[in-house]
This record gives sequence, structure tokens and C-alpha cells, in this order.
Amino acid sequence: MDFGLSEEQRQLKASAREFLSAECAPSAVRKAMAAQEGRLAEVDREIAKLGWTGLIVPEKFGGAGLGILDVAVLLEEQGYAAMPGPFLFSSVLAAYAVARGGSDETGDKLLRPLAEGKAIGTIALAESGDSLAPRDFSTTAIADGTGARISGVKEFVPYASLADFMVVAARGDSGSADLFAVDSSAKGVRVEMLKNLDLTRRVGRVTFDQAAAIPLRREPALYPRLLDIGAVAIASDSLGGVERALDMAVDYSKVREQFGKPIGSFQALKHVAAEIVSEVEPARSLLWYAAYAQDARLADAPRFASMAKARLCDVYSRGTDRAVLMHGGIGFTWEHDIHLWFKRARFNESYFGSPALHRERVAQLGGY
Amino acid sequence: MDLNFTTAEEEFRLKIRRFLEENLPKSGLGAGREGREDKAWLEKSKAWQRKLYESGYVALAWPKEYGGQALDPVCQTIVNDEMVRANAPYLPGGSGLGMLGPTLISWGTEEQKRRYLPKILTGEEIWCQGYSEPGSGSDLASLRTRAEIIGDEFVVNGQKVWTSGAQHADMMFCLVRTDPDAPKHRGISYILIDMHSPGITVRPLVQMTGDKGFNEVFFDNVHVPRKNLVGKLNEGWIVANATLFHERNMLGSATGSEQRFNRLLALTKKIKRGGRALTEDAVFRQRLADLEIRVEAMRFHSLRQLTDQIRGRNPGVETMINKLVGTELNHDLATAAMEAMGDYSMLAREDASVLDHGYWPYEWMFSLGLVIGGGTSHIQKNIIAERGLKMPKSR
Ligand SMILES: Cc1cc2nc3c(=O)[nH]c(=O)nc-3n(C[C@H](O)[C@H](O)[C@H](O)COP(=O)(O)OP(=O)(O)OC[C@H]3O[C@@H](n4cnc5c(N)ncnc54)[C@H](O)[C@@H]3O)c2cc1C
Repeated sequence: MDFGLSEEQRQLKASAREFLSAECAPSAVRKAMAAQEGRLAEVDREIAKLGWTGLIVPEKFGGAGLGILDVAVLLEEQGYAAMPGPFLFSSVLAAYAVARGGSDETGDKLLRPLAEGKAIGTIALAESGDSLAPRDFSTTAIADGTGARISGVKEFVPYASLADFMVVAARGDSGSADLFAVDSSAKGVRVEMLKNLDLTRRVGRVTFDQAAAIPLRREPALYPRLLDIGAVAIASDSLGGVERALDMAVDYSKVREQFGKPIGSFQALKHVAAEIVSEVEPARSLLWYAAYAQDARLADAPRFASMAKARLCDVYSRGTDRAVLMHGGIGFTWEHDIHLWFKRARFNESYFGSPALHRERVAQLGGY
Repeated sequence: MDLNFTTAEEEFRLKIRRFLEENLPKSGLGAGREGREDKAWLEKSKAWQRKLYESGYVALAWPKEYGGQALDPVCQTIVNDEMVRANAPYLPGGSGLGMLGPTLISWGTEEQKRRYLPKILTGEEIWCQGYSEPGSGSDLASLRTRAEIIGDEFVVNGQKVWTSGAQHADMMFCLVRTDPDAPKHRGISYILIDMHSPGITVRPLVQMTGDKGFNEVFFDNVHVPRKNLVGKLNEGWIVANATLFHERNMLGSATGSEQRFNRLLALTKKIKRGGRALTEDAVFRQRLADLEIRVEAMRFHSLRQLTDQIRGRNPGVETMINKLVGTELNHDLATAAMEAMGDYSMLAREDASVLDHGYWPYEWMFSLGLVIGGGTSHIQKNIIAERGLKMPKSR
């Protein structure tokens, strides 16, 4: 029995922590927040050199061909840093969909530049309704020779204006959802960026009007698996985020004094911090299992993806909320960094399905 | 128990209801806090307060000689109810009306009451609260802003922080240290400072909402007439606590929670989940009903406290809980609204597609600010346990 990260995963985590604390400190994150594109071009260049962008891209397309648990470790660190930019949506989700669903030709065309950091992908799933279920999509795909044509409106598409290609979920001819790769510069693709509450992220609305698309259907039932990977990815980012908020609150409680002593000496604050960490640590173990289950293709992988998403997002939201309170007035300012995580928790909570939706799925897949 | 209103009270209710139907500002102010609190907002809301006052609907229970109507507090409750019902905007003179006014009525000199109360009512003079300092928040009594008495003036030096509305304020009620050698609670005085005095610098601080809502206020040899002392010299702590009592009841007001609940319910009726209105979703219904139950409990709790007030009974632990319960409840209401909105909760209030005019993203953050402001939830719990339940003190 060996339940835990491998030596390589630990090293990846440590080197990511070191790199991000140097290159992606809150002062840098704020630069990205203020910039139109919402990312740090230098950091994005560096992470390509480190091989992160190609981490789960198969070796035959120039990537490292690693698994979901590896990427979970990296996403945790990015959540810890509140790293801005398209990484999670591009190098994890779009890369996953194309690698599994695309032909070798498509993989070669889209993933090679992505792994090299020369291209960005994103995913266009949600619409104005709350559902991610195929039958509810109004975006449709109509067969057109070997390809397809897509029409419809997708909402909350991460970094839509930066993406070179998009993985779009649309209702195919047979009625079931299929995933398609669309070149962003194709005729009939229009992007309009929305204004985010969490400025460490950007989302947009994409309108497709008979845009040319490549079906990603090499692997059957890819769409639900993509949703599972998304759930695990967001859960990983959330784990890092709540750890950071807790670290900040605990550090502050050691230096801020009231009533002649550090505020951390008051049991009220100790108990809040202890409660947060008591939620975080079991959730971390749950997440590791959920990521491992994806890699090992276990039958209960979908159920555990939902468990991880529901739990980590709850813990993240509640943890950041109480971490703000632990700072007192300074925690309510723009100048203090804690609100970066407070708002990112909110993004994570709704993106890829709310905790309520995932709890329902846990019950359903559990047969009760 | 008698929950019937008299005929006169019912008539009064209809009168204000009609008034609100006819006069409620239609746009620009925002029924809540989504309107940005800039100069234009201030002018409009001052005009709204003046109109409300001139029509007889502001601070009805205040004494007649200072511009009030000396009416039964029940009338004020009726006004509050109707304001909630009409979703009326809140008043810019809130800290004067809700905090300083009641304090002056109990503690002010005759001259102070005549000078300040009428202009609080009309909204002509806007007040801010100068309590917190960089080193003194929860431990307010450790404050260090110094006031030395020179002739018939105080000369004030030091700094306040988190001062809400100081950028618009004409006056500040302020705690200063007048005896640095006395034990910390015994060397504090409560004074009224003209914000237009030479030597005052107001520097805005940006809140996590992105708005400039509170400020740093610096005092460099600011001269304040001695007649601006409220209560006795070095005995300001007791006056300060009188204001805190009013502040905490205001922040925890059941009226505000009701208003938010109504808005949440209207929002969730329009949101679809799984093809049905969210109000029909088995889980969310439970959540909504639970919130409504908590709101209703606080509404009747405030009627009970009003009765005690009319009968002259001293408030106890049941009043100490108002701030804790009310502000946490308001934050829970806003958090529920954010969850209800799903992916749309990602949007900033400026986005064209944001739901319910962008009220909730702002309210979600601001309601957490009020869990901190006015004494944090932790401090409220200490007070409830130590003063209310007489549990042993740990410090
Ligand atoms: C939106 C907003 C508006 C405000 N407006 C005003 C205003 O107009 N005028 C004004 O004077 N002030 C204002 N304040 C300041 C507010 O009163 C203080 O922020 C608050 O009292 C906490 O003080 P602090 O910020 O110094 O935090 P600290 O006192 O440093 O508290 C930090 C943390 O330590 C905890 N803590 C401290 N002591 C104890 C203890 N003994 N036991 C348990 N926990 C403890 C606190 O609960 C908190 O979690 C405002 C604050 C906010 C957020």
C-alpha cells in the first residue's frame, strides 16, 4: 500500500512552488489583473520552457505524456499562487480533449504548438442555461464532408480572445453531444469578452455561425470524461487556493497585535484556523484519489471527480471567507491580497458545475 | 400580546405607502448599494433624504425641539416596514441618524443638540465615525490619537483608519486620548470635529469591491472648540459605547435582512435549474426557507426589543446578539444569491449580462465587510459570552 505522491510528483510540486513564488508573486498577479488579456506573457513563456504546457500532451506530439495526478499537483501550486492565464483551460482541458479525441493529424496540428507554448486552446462548454448536459445545448453541429459546421452561443469561455483554437461541445446530428475543435480565426467565430469579478481569470462569449469544425470523436464518451477532468482540475486549483488563504491568515495572526498580544493567541482565531485545516487535509486525500482514479481509469472515477469538486469548492469558499474575517479591516481592502483568493474561490465554485450539482451526481452514481 | 396596530397607525401606514409609491426615486440611486457612492450619488441621495424628512418620515421618535416629531417608536417601525416593502434606497445621513443622533439625544449638551440634530435629519450635514486606528481596531480602547487642551480648544494629532464616508463627511464624531497616563479606558474623550478644519487630510482607501468606501484620516494640529466635547473629559469611553450600541443594532437591523431576503426570493424565482425555477428545486427551497425562518425570527425579535424599549426595560443578552446574527445572516443571504446565480456569479457588477442589476456581487463582498466593521464577529461573541453570559474573561 502506498497512498501518496511519488518522488517525481513531490519534486514537481517543490519546483513549481519555487518558480511561482519568484515569478508569480501577488505583485505580478496584479499586473495581469490590470492588463486587458489577464495573463503574464513572461510567465507563460517560462512555463513552456519548463515543459508545463506539454505536461499531459502525448509524447508523439511533443509533450511529456504525464497523467492527471501529475497535473493536479501542478494546478494546486498554480491555485496557491492564484496564477492568472489560460493554463488550466488550454494545457489541461483543451489538450486532453484533442489528445483523446483527435486524429493524429489534428493532434499534430493543434497540440505540438500548444506544448511548445506557441498556441493556446480553450474550451467552450457552458451556455446561458445552468446545464452542461448535451440534451440542453442549443449549439448544434451539422456534418459537412469529413468535418462539421457549428452554430450557437457559448458563454463563460475562458480566455476566448487569446485562444488559437477552441474545443466546443455541441449537439451533433445523432442528438448526443460531441466535441469539436474550431480554429478561432475561422469564418463565423465571434468573441466578446465579459467583465469578471475574479480578475485572475478572463471569460468571454463566443458566437459560432456555421463555423468549420473538426469532430473529436476518436475516443467514445469523451465529453463526460472531459467534464470529470475539469472537475478534478478546478478542485486542485481550489486546494492550493485555500492553503494559501490559510497561510496568509495564520502568518498575519502571528504579527498583528491587539490587547497587547498576537491575535493568533486568541482561541477564537486558533479554532477558525484549525477548522479550516481540518477540512483541507482530508479533502487533499480525496482529491489525490480522484486524480489517481482518472489515471487508472477506475470505474468510480466519475463519482470521485464530483466528490472532489463539491468538497474542495466548499472548503475553498468557506475557508477564504473566514480568512478575510481573520484579517479584520485590512482584509477588506483592495490593497491586501487576500481578496484575490476570495474571488477566485467564487469562480471555481460555479465553473464546471456547482457543489450542489456535483453532490446530486455523487448520489445518482452511488445508486441512491 | 397584541399585534394589531391602532386605526391611526394603519392610516399612517397607508399614508407613507402612498407617499413612497408617488415619490420613490425611479433611477440613479439604486435600491441598495449597487449605486456607486460618488458625488453625484451623494447629491441625489441628500435630496431624497430631504424630501423624506420634509414629508415627515425621518427619525420620527426624536424630540420635537430638535426637528423630530416625538412619535411613538412604533411609527418608526411602520416607516421601516414600508421602506422595505418599496425597496427604497438607504439614506446618506445614516451614521448621523443611526449612530450620532441617538447618542447626542442622551449625552449631548442642549447647545449640541440644537446645533447638530436638525441638520442630521435633513441630511445637510453628513457624519463619519472616527474610532479605529492602525493599531487599534478590536482593542479600540488602546487608541492613540492625541488631543491636548490648549486654552479653550483641543489640539488633535494622530490618525484614524477605515473611516467610512470621510470623503463626503462634514463632521466626524471622534475618540481621542486626552489623558495618556490614565488606564486605557479612562483617558479617552468623545469629540465632534469639523472635517473642513485646517490640518485634516483624508486619503481614500480602495475596498475589495473596487470602490473608495473608507479612508485614512490624518490630523495635524487640528483645533477643535472645547464645547465640542460630548460627555465628560476622559469619560468618553462610556459615550463611545452608547454609539456602538446604536451602531450594532443598526448593522444587525432586521429590516435590512428582510429587504435582502425579498430580493433573493424574487431573483431565485427567475433562475432556472434543471428546467424548473430554482424556488422549486428541492435543495434550494430548503435553503431559502431556512433563510426566511432566520429572517422572520429576527423580525419578531426586533418587535420584542421595541416593546422592551417602549416599556423602558433594560436590554440584555438578547440585544447583544443583534450585530453578530444580523450581519452573518445578511452575508449568508448574499452568498446564497451568488450560488443561485451559478456561472453568472462570475460577472462583475459592471458587466452588461450581470443579473439583478449587479446588486449581489457587491452585496456579497460588502456584507462580509460588515461582519468585520462595527466590531468583528469574534469580538461580538466575546461580548455575548463575557457580558451577556458572564463567562470568565480570558484576557
Ligand atoms: C467596511 C468597513 C467599514 C468600517 N467603517 C469604519 C468607520 O466608519 N469608522 C471606524 O472607526 N472604523 C470602521 N471600520 C473598522 C472596524 O471597526 C475594524 O476593522 C474592526 O473593529 C476590526 O479591527 P481591525 O481591523 O483593527 O482588526 P483587528 O482588531 O486587528 O482584528 C484582526 C482579527 O483578530 C480578531 N481578534 C482581535 N482581537 C480578538 C480577541 N480579543 N478575541 C478574538 N478575536 C480577536 C478579529 O476578530 C479579527 O478576526 C470599518 C471596517 C470595515 C470592514
